[in-house]
Amino acid sequence: MKVLVACKRVIDYNVKVRVKADQSGVDLQNVKMSMNPFDEIAVEQAIRLKEAGTATEIVAVSLGAEACQETLRTALAMGADRAIHVHHDGGLEPLAVAKLLKAVIGAEQPSLVLLGKQAIDDDCNQTGQMLAGLLGWPQGTFVSRLKVEGAKVAAGREVDGGIENVELKLPAVMTVDLRLNEPRYASLPNIMKARKKPIDKKTPAELGVDPAPRLRTVKVAEPPKRQAGVKVDSVATLVTKLKEEAGVI
Amino acid sequence: MIRDQGSLDALLATVRRFVRERLVPHEAAVAESGEVSEALVAGMRDLGLFGLTIPEAYGGLGATTEEEVLFAMEMGWTSPAFRARFGTNIGIGSQGLVNGGTEEQKQRYLPRLARGELIGSFALTEPEAGSDAGSLTTRARRDGNGWVLNGRKRFITNSPYAGLFTVFARTDPDQAGARGVSAFLVERDTPGISVGAPDRKMGQMGAHTADVVFDDAHVPGDALLGREGEGFKIAMRVLDRGRLHIAAASVGNADRLIAESLTYALERKQFGQPIAEFQLIQAMLADSRTEALAARCMVLETARRRDRGEDVGADAASCKLFATEMVGRVADRAVQIHGGNGYMAAFPVERFYRDVRLYRLYEGTSQIQQLVIARAMIKGAQA
Repeated sequence: MKVLVACKRVIDYNVKVRVKADQSGVDLQNVKMSMNPFDEIAVEQAIRLKEAGTATEIVAVSLGAEACQETLRTALAMGADRAIHVHHDGGLEPLAVAKLLKAVIGAEQPSLVLLGKQAIDDDCNQTGQMLAGLLGWPQGTFVSRLKVEGAKVAAGREVDGGIENVELKLPAVMTVDLRLNEPRYASLPNIMKARKKPIDKKTPAELGVDPAPRLRTVKVAEPPKRQAGVKVDSVATLVTKLKEEAGVI
Repeated sequence: MIRDQGSLDALLATVRRFVRERLVPHEAAVAESGEVSEALVAGMRDLGLFGLTIPEAYGGLGATTEEEVLFAMEMGWTSPAFRARFGTNIGIGSQGLVNGGTEEQKQRYLPRLARGELIGSFALTEPEAGSDAGSLTTRARRDGNGWVLNGRKRFITNSPYAGLFTVFARTDPDQAGARGVSAFLVERDTPGISVGAPDRKMGQMGAHTADVVFDDAHVPGDALLGREGEGFKIAMRVLDRGRLHIAAASVGNADRLIAESLTYALERKQFGQPIAEFQLIQAMLADSRTEALAARCMVLETARRRDRGEDVGADAASCKLFATEMVGRVADRAVQIHGGNGYMAAFPVERFYRDVRLYRLYEGTSQIQQLVIARAMIKGAQA
């Protein structure tokens, strides 16, 4: 079984994000970038499927600027077999990514496509769903348990009330959640070996997709600063304030 | 060798992340229990840290000196106890073999050292032979094709876990001083070897040293490392390279101490404002930062020159002297900036203050480094 994993290059989760002075977006100059943590969980799951003998090949895909190759090298160092980089400078919206992934999937014919449930930069949480829609494949989102059984995949989805257990026919698209696994660190020798693994390069034009944005960002602004709280000296005052000032009881 | 920047960046970023996510949260527990858990050792082993400097042909990463010091600086962000666990495998516990071993000896031990399956230890120091390493009294007597070892080694890092000792012993009792000393590769399960109880130390809890005693320990003829009588030369070459590594670890520890100090100075309020606003605190922060930067530059420049094949013996000694003394001053200021809290075990600077004290003592005290530097200067002037 071939597994395809999508990996997005995002601002590292440790970086304190700053809004550009002209409010046109987020400052990316000299900012550490890494693989979207949810995509890392997807890569880890693919490797576990391979280690269990379920998957035979893992293909990592990333879309965007030249530097996305570093993200793919991380996936290769973790254990992906090969990678595909769809090179595009400039912004990519979830719909464009879904269309490009659909084109790659058409050529690769994987049985399972794994993505992070969302990317930590724009938090769209749309690409997996759009991709499944475009492919006409079953989708399992927010997956925190996953087991392939023959031509089906059983998954536990994290929903508000608990875990929803679903069963999907393969091929399928799954977006993974935080609790699915804990990704491994690529070992130093494997990082070196990953430099020699192949990365295929493609362009949106070759895949027949127009990646032009459909949306226009009007303004990016920092959330308002939180106001300082107040201390109250008794429960009675607290209740009064909750009633009269906060109006919540 | 790693060579390209992209790979090196990826390797360093991985070590950095591992250190901060997996090791730093366990620092206090390791200091408390005195043990680095097997799970953490396995994590370091899986990451490949035990093979950093071992040549690629034997399963290591074959890091250049510059790369090695960059790794050591990353590791310096956390307690030295973690680095100590694999430190002998990439330093004093393997480099004698890398430099002077036969192909057969290398094949036998280096791949297992690189994988972390075997721990290497360096047994030079004795109760009466510290800085005066040439005066050692451990004896190796010929016995047929092999040798019989007798003597006691002291403060031997990682000896409680070691599977392989590089042992320095006197093979020619008629030769006083360094010339009658030879080096041996001795396996732990050799009958006649015993390891004492771990020493009780001031700091670096979780890193273990102990006495190693040789009581009629028979080793085969091919246990000899290099030629007979060359032992001291082998030992000094190993210690040469280690100086830059310890200097780099000091830089890493200094960076951490400065970060802890800065964070504290920004949070701690006195007289109605963060203490970082006070100029006397600022002076301490600035001095620490400046000295750490100076040490970093010295170490990197000397490492690069060593990689170009230059003789950096005396300059490596300068790096160790300056960087280890520097981190002592930085640790002292870190405690001072923390005030009373800096004396309390709840704050990491108290622990680092004790941990970094060792750097000025082992693998050549500051005073021995001064002698190495001055003697090289005098020799150069007389040449």
